[in-house]
Amino acid sequence: MLLNIKNLTVAIEGKEIIKGLNLQVNKGEVHAIMGPNGTGKSTLAAAITGREGYEVTEGEIWYKDQNIVELEPDERANLGIFLSFQYPVEIPGVSMTNFMRTAINAQREYNGLPPMPAGEFLKLMEEKKKLVDIHSKLTNRSVNEGFSGGEKKKNEIFQMALLQPTLAILDETDSGLDIDALRTVAKGVNELRSNENAFVVITHYQRLLEYIVPDFVHVMYDGKIVKSGSKNLALELEDKGYEWLKEQSLV
Amino acid sequence: MSDQTNNNILDEVTKGEYKFGFYTDIENDLAPRGLTEDTIRFISAKKEEPEWMLDFRLKAFRHWQSLEEPEWAHLHHPPIDFQDIIYFAAPKKKPQLNSLDEVDPELLETFDKLGISLDEQKRLAGVAVDAVIDSVSVKTTFQDTLAKHGIIFCSFSEAVKNHPELVKKYMGTVVPYTDNYYAALNSAVFSDGSFCFIPKGVRSPLELSTYFRINAANTGQFERTLIVAEEGGYVSYMEGCTAPMRDENQLHAAIVEIIAMDDAEVKYSTVQNWYPGDKEGKGGVYNFVTKRGLCKGHRSKISWTQVETGSSITWKYPSCVLMGDNSIGEFYSVAVTNNFQQADTGTKMIHLGKNTRSTIISKGISAGKSNNSYRGLVKIMPGAINSRNFSQCDSLLLGDKCGAHTFPYIDTRNQSSIVEHEATTSKISEDQLFYCNQRGIDTEKAIGLIVNGYAKEVLNKLPMEFAVEAQKLLSITLEGSVG
Ligand SMILES: Nc1ncnc2c1ncn2[C@@H]1O[C@H](COP(=O)(O)OP(=O)(O)O)[C@@H](O)[C@H]1O
Ligand SMILES: [Mg+2]
Repeated sequence: MLLNIKNLTVAIEGKEIIKGLNLQVNKGEVHAIMGPNGTGKSTLAAAITGREGYEVTEGEIWYKDQNIVELEPDERANLGIFLSFQYPVEIPGVSMTNFMRTAINAQREYNGLPPMPAGEFLKLMEEKKKLVDIHSKLTNRSVNEGFSGGEKKKNEIFQMALLQPTLAILDETDSGLDIDALRTVAKGVNELRSNENAFVVITHYQRLLEYIVPDFVHVMYDGKIVKSGSKNLALELEDKGYEWLKEQSLV
Repeated sequence: MSDQTNNNILDEVTKGEYKFGFYTDIENDLAPRGLTEDTIRFISAKKEEPEWMLDFRLKAFRHWQSLEEPEWAHLHHPPIDFQDIIYFAAPKKKPQLNSLDEVDPELLETFDKLGISLDEQKRLAGVAVDAVIDSVSVKTTFQDTLAKHGIIFCSFSEAVKNHPELVKKYMGTVVPYTDNYYAALNSAVFSDGSFCFIPKGVRSPLELSTYFRINAANTGQFERTLIVAEEGGYVSYMEGCTAPMRDENQLHAAIVEIIAMDDAEVKYSTVQNWYPGDKEGKGGVYNFVTKRGLCKGHRSKISWTQVETGSSITWKYPSCVLMGDNSIGEFYSVAVTNNFQQADTGTKMIHLGKNTRSTIISKGISAGKSNNSYRGLVKIMPGAINSRNFSQCDSLLLGDKCGAHTFPYIDTRNQSSIVEHEATTSKISEDQLFYCNQRGIDTEKAIGLIVNGYAKEVLNKLPMEFAVEAQKLLSITLEGSVG
């Protein structure tokens, strides 16, 4: 099992947001997590990636063969966990090229490898730029600075393609995307998909799931997964909305 | 700059303490401790100076005796005992050298440790190095190439001997010894420094570079630099410093004077990395510097670019007097303070000529328990009609125990001129750090990355090979500032 979340409770500033959540993800699988705003989907992503201020008060997060709850965020990243941010961050003055070179070499250093030679890196950049259809004029800019909403999301997938994670969490990567951008993002994910990695796709809309077909769909409500099923569950949700879940979670 | 470079830099960030803390054991020829007229005579005699030079020193010394230490800067330090300082140290074996083979091997080793071995520098096309260790210039390279263009680039002492008419004509015309306390002190006791003369119509084919170091216990370092560019002349000049680890505070009071005639341009770049003291605030260099450029000619231009990462105390205001019509003054600065460092730095732009323009970009970065102040004066005189100034002063704070202060003084005395001032204060955001962390970049490296990005506008103004060193220093200086 790649990811095994057991009875996870997460609090922000003492307030419990995730309330005993379980999730199991195997290599080769795509899991979709859906659910209304404010139920804790981003909080779950933050807890898995080790963001400060998201306190794991109970439970365990097993990744590969260790409980990663105590690990620093950069170590988790270097172990192959990637988050496509719901709100990507701007870093003025730091070029995308420099940023990614630093990231890739940090990962290589962690794995005991020498820095990637410049030529090889540039070739890799070119290859992945094509994959997500991202312009050189963007990669020459500072990280996310002056990017449109859609460009920021594509840029997240571009970074994912470069870093080749084992576990990728996509937090609402589809929101705010037009259909072309959505297809591009999906293409990026599908090309990366293999038996050696897994995806957790957080989304509001079943639209994305037409392009990235999930093996499992989970519905999150009030800090818990209240229902799991096949990809048909997404269609059902689209139909009925989330209201009926409220009743379900109360019983 | 290349990403290769960036990454090497970031690699080095992870490696501990002050990098250049080693000490070369070269026999010194020391002046007796303390400062009297006899000390001045000793220095002048050691340097075999002409009478007029000694007179200049003595006048400056007498003036200095009548002055009080200034106290207006946002700096705090125990009183300096000016009688407890050795004012002159020179390597005993005074070499007259024709090639590097004749250079003291220990000295070469020192340069190697600094990563600036003359050997290597010599091969590096485009860079001439006048290396000053302690107070006496040991070796000057590329002088032949420069001589072909009529450029004079030598130690100040050599200039006094070989070009007395030029030194007499220009020395003290931009920074008179009456200028301030430390300028008077320097004028009295200066040990050596560099002299550069660009004749009419000549663009220097090389970037000129000097490395200064403080190298003996309790030795104040008092360099003096004079750069003159005649009509249409151009030179880019780089000054860099690293100093060995020391426990005692060391005093450093330099003077730099620049003169640019009609259509001349001088770019002066500094990377200042004197020993900053340890994590507890013990030791470190007191750096009181007077740097001023005179845009004497029409359409002349002087640019100061500085990266200040070292010294426990920095007191430094590289300035421009814009005398010629349509002349331009620029000041680009990054000042980083960490632990207990204190910096009070900025510039003065004095507009005298018509249509004069000045630009000030200052980036202050404070971490630890340090204090970082920008102090700037923009003065537009009545005759400086249609003049313009743009100032941007940004402060970046790491942590909540450090201080950032801005003291902009604006004095406009005509109606046709425009002065713009912008200032921001920000913190490195937790969002940015987490974003970097999530990509596998540890916090120390992330800070280096973000800070270098923040300072990019200034770093871009540096000559290529200097930019690399500057990036390294920014990251190294901020090591251990978070977490
Ligand atoms: N940094 C934070 N500080 C305080 N409350 C937060 C923070 N982040 C999220 N929350 C709260 O946690 C709950 C879940 O938020 P979030 O995980 O963003 O939901 P979702 O991603 O499902 O929309 C919300 O009530 C939100 O207000
Ligand atoms: Mg969310």
